[in-house]
Amino acid sequence: MTAQDFWVLSPEIAMAVLALVVISVDLVTRSMAKVSTVAFVGLAVPVILTLNLWNGWFGDPATGPALFDTFEADRFSLFFKFILLTVTAGTILASVKYIASDRMKDYGGEFVSLVLLSVTGMMILVSATELITIYVALELTALPVVALAAIHRSKQGVEAGTKFFVLSAISSALLLYGFAYIYGYTGSTNLHVIMERLAVLPSQPGVPFGSYAVLLSVIMIVAGFGFKMAVVPWQMWVPDVYQGAPTPVAAFLSVASKAAAFAVIMRIMYVAFGDASLMQDWSGLFAILAAVTMTLGNTLALSQSNIKRLLGYSTIAQAGYILVGLASVPANQVGATSAGAGPQGVMYYLAGYAFTNLAVFFAVIAITSRTNDDSIEGLNGLLKRSPLLAGLLVFGLLSLLGMPPTVGFMAKVVVFGAALNANLTWLAVIGVVNTVIAAYYYLRVIRAIVFEDAVDESKFSADKPMLVAAGLAAIGAGVFGIAPFLMLDLAEKALSIVPAMITG
Amino acid sequence: MFDGLLTITVFLPAAVALLVTMFARGENSDQQIRWISIGATVVTFVLSVMVFVGYDQDLAGVQMIDYFERWIPVDVLRSSYLLGVDGLSAPLVLLTGILGMAAALGSWRIKKRVREYFLWLLLLETAVLGVFVSLDLLLFFIFFEFELIPMFMLIAIWGSGRPRYSAMKFVLFTLGGGAFMLVGILAIYVTPGVNTLAIVSIPELGITGIPELMVAADLVVPAALIFAFFFIAFAVKLPLWPLHSWLPDAHTDAPTAVSVMLAGVLLKMAGYGLLRINLGFFQETKGFTIHDVAGYMAVVAAISVIYGGIITIRQTDMKRLIAYSSVSHMGFVMLGVAAVGSSAAETSAAGLNGAALQMFTHGTITGLAFLMVGLVYDRTHTRHIPHLGGLWKKMPLIAIFFLIAGFGSLGLPALSGFVSEIMIFLGTFSVWPWATGVSAFGVVLAAGYTLWMIQRVFFGARPASPGISDEVYDDLTDANWVDMIPVIALAAPIFIVGIWPSVVTDMFDIGIQAVLR
Repeated sequence: MTAQDFWVLSPEIAMAVLALVVISVDLVTRSMAKVSTVAFVGLAVPVILTLNLWNGWFGDPATGPALFDTFEADRFSLFFKFILLTVTAGTILASVKYIASDRMKDYGGEFVSLVLLSVTGMMILVSATELITIYVALELTALPVVALAAIHRSKQGVEAGTKFFVLSAISSALLLYGFAYIYGYTGSTNLHVIMERLAVLPSQPGVPFGSYAVLLSVIMIVAGFGFKMAVVPWQMWVPDVYQGAPTPVAAFLSVASKAAAFAVIMRIMYVAFGDASLMQDWSGLFAILAAVTMTLGNTLALSQSNIKRLLGYSTIAQAGYILVGLASVPANQVGATSAGAGPQGVMYYLAGYAFTNLAVFFAVIAITSRTNDDSIEGLNGLLKRSPLLAGLLVFGLLSLLGMPPTVGFMAKVVVFGAALNANLTWLAVIGVVNTVIAAYYYLRVIRAIVFEDAVDESKFSADKPMLVAAGLAAIGAGVFGIAPFLMLDLAEKALSIVPAMITG
Repeated sequence: MFDGLLTITVFLPAAVALLVTMFARGENSDQQIRWISIGATVVTFVLSVMVFVGYDQDLAGVQMIDYFERWIPVDVLRSSYLLGVDGLSAPLVLLTGILGMAAALGSWRIKKRVREYFLWLLLLETAVLGVFVSLDLLLFFIFFEFELIPMFMLIAIWGSGRPRYSAMKFVLFTLGGGAFMLVGILAIYVTPGVNTLAIVSIPELGITGIPELMVAADLVVPAALIFAFFFIAFAVKLPLWPLHSWLPDAHTDAPTAVSVMLAGVLLKMAGYGLLRINLGFFQETKGFTIHDVAGYMAVVAAISVIYGGIITIRQTDMKRLIAYSSVSHMGFVMLGVAAVGSSAAETSAAGLNGAALQMFTHGTITGLAFLMVGLVYDRTHTRHIPHLGGLWKKMPLIAIFFLIAGFGSLGLPALSGFVSEIMIFLGTFSVWPWATGVSAFGVVLAAGYTLWMIQRVFFGARPASPGISDEVYDDLTDANWVDMIPVIALAAPIFIVGIWPSVVTDMFDIGIQAVLR
């Protein structure tokens, strides 16, 4: 490894070291507050190193391939690393009280370091430009989450962990199969080389992707990541795991894992299959997935009575909206406008969704840990019992619903606009219809919070770190809704680094 | 270009509301919140006067522009933060300033969840102001929809009767209309050659607006369909027969101040939209112009006026009565817009000016009427007309101002309602004589229901089986000075515009001429 390689990999190295430091601190102290503090303050190091790579503070920004062409710290990956680091910071803050609770305090250090290790995997994942690296990073991402889901060792927790593990293993197997096909066909595992080889290999007319091998490989790769993105038909695990796993884990999973999976699928699709004709083929695949995912996620959410399960289905539906942006590829552009709105929309949506969903989940954690009631009725009269948490939750739900002027609305407008522009009018229409369906169940929760009368009238609030985490997430969602250009400009800069996206 | 005045005017109420909600604490916080919130609306009123007076009529065009180009910098939806006023919007900003202040003052007696109440009321004012000054179509849409949340909360929590039902009905009707509008917006934007969301052209900034670009554009979606999308959204909100059924419920169940805002300014957002978008965009598009459908608009308007009037006469609840009278009066707005079918520029301008003025006058007159009903209801605790009677002796001041609102509503000369209705009739009669002739009966109906109600409630003897006991009747008091501040604030414009209409009509005329080009 050269010095350049270390430089490019510095945020990930810092993250892994932080995980080890945290678990060591846990050995010498019984105070979970200290563990949380070390983890939270320590996060500054990878954040600064990531900022350095973006801005080039300590010398040139390290771009270009590194580690024998397996890894690239381009702005596209850095954009997602910022999201991941923000989510991690939020998760650590929101878990301060949770890991200090009686049943968790023996595993507090393990909890935090597992989260950090999983994030390390995700950070490598979003930068990886080579199939084997992608696979290894993916495993590093998934295995800590299995342990996290089952960390309570309760019946529900173990069930959630097992379910996640088995399905994760199956999806990995599918993914490997897909990788094997594409390697067999092109003779390379490097995304850039695959693209070059695909361009010169003969293509059969009338067959999607020019060859059945590539078609099969793409379907398997999408299936493998579909599991992580929680896209229909690979969504079955989501409600069960969200309900069974500790809620901070569910919050982390619903945002970080989804963002990383979308990042890597974008990279694979745009870099390896970025040729204009291939792009049109996989655009159709994602368009169908998007339509099915949105519709199924929303209709299944309608009948839920458990708030965590409802949020589980809601995250599935949200993944569907993001897929709309993924399907809106530049190659299908109808207008004279320049390319890139679809991927830009995906990045904006993911960032906005990260803030919104964290605010919602954190508020739900704070509420349910107090009321011990996961049902929607358990939220009755919340506005009187805990105005601040209720306000945060209602705001977050309105943003998930897509009410102007929240970030949820802006992001939906951008991805639906991208769909119209990419000649996918039918998909945009399905999307708009879906937001109306979704309004019903989100409003049902809001109605319980605002209008219903509570059985227990006692007032309560949450611990300070949790309130700070939820509040900051909500402020983020608000700011990026009122001032969309802040995030969209960043996303545009991040796009221009991935070459296929400007030339495509 | 960033003038700043409009941004401050629009966001001041919301900013104050959020700060107050977060920081007002302690024992007297309710009283503090009232004072601060009312203070915020008074300042907003002053700012709205500054906007109205500051508009240079000789210069015309769009003024006081706040422009931030890269608000949504994505090619698929290049939206900017673009605020500005012209002759059409400046009087409506003023109207919102007046009514926002009157509504806050009229909410003095709210006891329940004061903090939240004023939060929503102030957010509502921000939303409405935003609709009138937004010159970017997406921004317009956002403000147009944002108003739903505060309105929903205000009706559902502080309403009476069946508040949740009414609030939900209001939201569903408006959301449904809004969905149509969003499709219309996107359909215009994706049209090759348009690709902008600017509602008007602003030469100083190099902005060419949709009205100019639509002339030559080959629309992806037929123009008639896009017109219909916008028309439906606004017809729900106006409301126009047969989409009006949410209005009486919402009004009847809403608290007084919210009714004032709803009738006074929220309905005007629709009238404004009709003039600005349906009229502004669709004058000479390929294959369709608004002239083609002006006749239908006149017919629907006449039905609204007469149907609304007849239903109104049958009402026994004072608030419901005034709510239905809004359907009739807003029908006149539509009738005035239908004058665009005229081939002579002067007549159509007269009708359109009348429509714009009718919005302004209806806002103040109906606002006043709702305020007076609220004052009566606070004292008698009933709005059932047969239960009331002989209130004149107990509350002469309330009776006088109720009478002023009534006379304004039926179009008594020297009050503002007369001016706007006569302008509409003058403009529309030569084009659509039948529809106008039929609608003229609306004025007769208005005289009937208003005078009949006032006669039964205030004059004459108390009914044989009164709804209020003798003790309550004996203890009835007249309005005090706190009650009278918002009343005067609304009554003054009725007289001023009635006697000196050109103070607003000159302004509207500049706006209408700009829209007609």
